[in-house]
Amino acid sequence: MSFRIIVLAKQVPDTRNVGKDAMKEDGTVNRAALPAIFNPEDLNALELALRIKDSIKDAEIQIVTMGPFRAAEIIRESIFRGADGGFLITDRKFAGSDTLATSYALSLAVEKLRPFDLVIAGRQAIDGDTAQVGPQTAEKLNLPQITYTEDVIAVDEKSITLKRRLERGIEIVKTSYPAMITVHSSAPECRPRNVKRMMKFKHARTVHELQDENKDYTELRNRCPYLDIPEWTVADLNADEVRLGLSGSPTKVKKIDNVVLAHKDSVSLTNSESEIEALMKELIDTHIVG
Amino acid sequence: MKNIIVYCEITEEQHVADVSLELLSKGRKLADDIQAKLEAVVIGSDLQHIEKEIYPFGIDTIYLFDDARLFPYRTLPHASIVINLFREITPEIALFGATSVGRDLAPRIASALRCGLTADCTSLEIGSYEDKDKTFDQLLYQIRPAFGGNIIATIVNPETRPQMATVREGVMKKEVFNADYQGQVKKMNLENYLGKDDFQVEILERQIEPQKVNIKGSQIIVAGGYGVGSKENFKLLQELAEVLGGEVGATRAAVDAGFIEHERQIGQTGVTVRPKLYIACGISGAVQHRAGMDQSAKIISINNDVEAPINAIADYVIVGDVMDVVPKMIKMYKKHAK
Ligand SMILES: Cc1cc2nc3c(=O)[nH]c(=O)nc-3n(C[C@H](O)[C@H](O)[C@H](O)COP(=O)(O)OP(=O)(O)OC[C@H]3O[C@@H](n4cnc5c(N)ncnc54)[C@H](O)[C@@H]3O)c2cc1C
Ligand SMILES: Nc1ncnc2c1ncn2[C@@H]1O[C@H](COP(=O)(O)O)[C@@H](O)[C@H]1O
Repeated sequence: MSFRIIVLAKQVPDTRNVGKDAMKEDGTVNRAALPAIFNPEDLNALELALRIKDSIKDAEIQIVTMGPFRAAEIIRESIFRGADGGFLITDRKFAGSDTLATSYALSLAVEKLRPFDLVIAGRQAIDGDTAQVGPQTAEKLNLPQITYTEDVIAVDEKSITLKRRLERGIEIVKTSYPAMITVHSSAPECRPRNVKRMMKFKHARTVHELQDENKDYTELRNRCPYLDIPEWTVADLNADEVRLGLSGSPTKVKKIDNVVLAHKDSVSLTNSESEIEALMKELIDTHIVG
Repeated sequence: MKNIIVYCEITEEQHVADVSLELLSKGRKLADDIQAKLEAVVIGSDLQHIEKEIYPFGIDTIYLFDDARLFPYRTLPHASIVINLFREITPEIALFGATSVGRDLAPRIASALRCGLTADCTSLEIGSYEDKDKTFDQLLYQIRPAFGGNIIATIVNPETRPQMATVREGVMKKEVFNADYQGQVKKMNLENYLGKDDFQVEILERQIEPQKVNIKGSQIIVAGGYGVGSKENFKLLQELAEVLGGEVGATRAAVDAGFIEHERQIGQTGVTVRPKLYIACGISGAVQHRAGMDQSAKIISINNDVEAPINAIADYVIVGDVMDVVPKMIKMYKKHAK
């Protein structure tokens, strides 16, 4: 294929449904305790990639995701929606990585997929809201970056023109390849799964998923090699272990405090007209309002 | 002598952005705590006299990069300048606004210098840290609400420099340190700092509007949460805000639900406000939300759940349905307003 787009997508704990046991003692997230979802802005990133693929002949989309075994779900979901394939970066040695260590691992995976034209990430992941991994990965790959992308204005084999969403307006920018794009939530929503692709890729699995399911897909996979979702470990990436996981993460959690609410002596009111009248009168008399 | 540096963002009007002035104010205090110099890097075009604007915040050195190609902001030239400058002056601490510029730039720098970066800090302090048998003194505590919201994390970067953090506008107070303070300006030679191909990305067009809503500047805020229930119902809050001469704010849950525009989001990932009066309607009071409003002088909470966490920091708690209570407030205010 002549035009390769790599999408970085992450499986995240659904922070909208957080329970009490969400944090571990060492200050890292206890992912097992939470439902896992496709990071919302990474779906916007996938849609942007699909739109680019729609307008360029012979373009392909590869997903790269780093996470535990079950994060392969992200790759399968992306394939159902139109991606061509994906790679799961998984290894215990990645555990505890901050954004610097994560971007190091991701950049090695992207390197392995050279030549590529575009790397597309979400703006930020909802579990940390850092928005750091995209720019950090771009720096490591020595790519220019176009952040907060909202739409593709024009694209061909030589360059891409994008609309960026800023606090107080927009910017239209143009770049040649290769480049990194990060995508904002105001970009178009991702298209749904394609039924034909779902049928075709229903059995796409990583090695570990196959082992887990204890089913013998060998015959099927020999017939349909495209059902293989490769896993890459630290060794596959030739990574320098010192730059991964906790040792590769310069940020340390010094402590975690439970939020103790400084209780004020609050006045409690019912919603009766008379009590609200008294309150409004007091606010006026003390010049807080009016 | 150690140094603390603030990346000063330049606005459309060619001034130093408020968020940078707030960081300079905080930076000055941190610098005093660790006996360091306060420095600023200013990158843009037509910046004569900009130093006069910022000296009063207590700056000892300004690194000035002034060139027509440096405004509007573009990632690569600004990143090359800051990365190479930091290699040269090895700052102890580097602070950036958590704006679309700061959050585009800071991670790139942290990556190149292989140092830690904490986004959206709500508080910065100096303290020590022990790791196994080593003690690190005078580290920057980068404090932010973390995951899920029941916790506040204190992050440190013991080994790497600079210690980098981004902070949103409004979180730190803007305070003039000394009106007559004067440091020195170093006019820098751009060519020594740029990389090759730094101007690869072309800006074809920009449409930047003047700030529309300014909830940060408002003394009265009527904020709505998910409990308000709909876009329709938010109109009632708008009415109360108008009557009281205030602005409408919102939680992230309300913004995500599409009840109201994102510009009005208050909290860790929104705006920080300190109004005279904050009326929280149908807001539970997650820590990320409180981070943006708990400095309000008076807080009224309207919630049908007596146990809502926000009630603990409220001066007045009205237990009831928002749609019930707000009309009564409007009516009673009108009745008594002079
Ligand atoms: C990294 C990160 C950053 C975040 N940043 C922010 C941020 O900047 N700002 C922010 O706000 N949030 C932020 N959040 C989200 C935050 O954790 C909460 O989810 C959010 O603040 C909850 O909003 P809420 O109070 O409107 O909704 P809910 O928690 O759903 O609360 C609704 C409240 O309304 C009450 N209610 C329901 N119906 C009625 C009624 N009819 N009348 C009266 N009361 C009623 C309920 O009792 C409840 O207390 C962030 C989260 C994360 C993970
Ligand atoms: N573990 C990961 N695997 C794949 N992509 C990731 C991972 N972490 C972050 N990203 C990408 O980087 C973006 C920003 O993440 P963050 O800096 O964590 O907010 C996400 O939207 C993803 O596109």
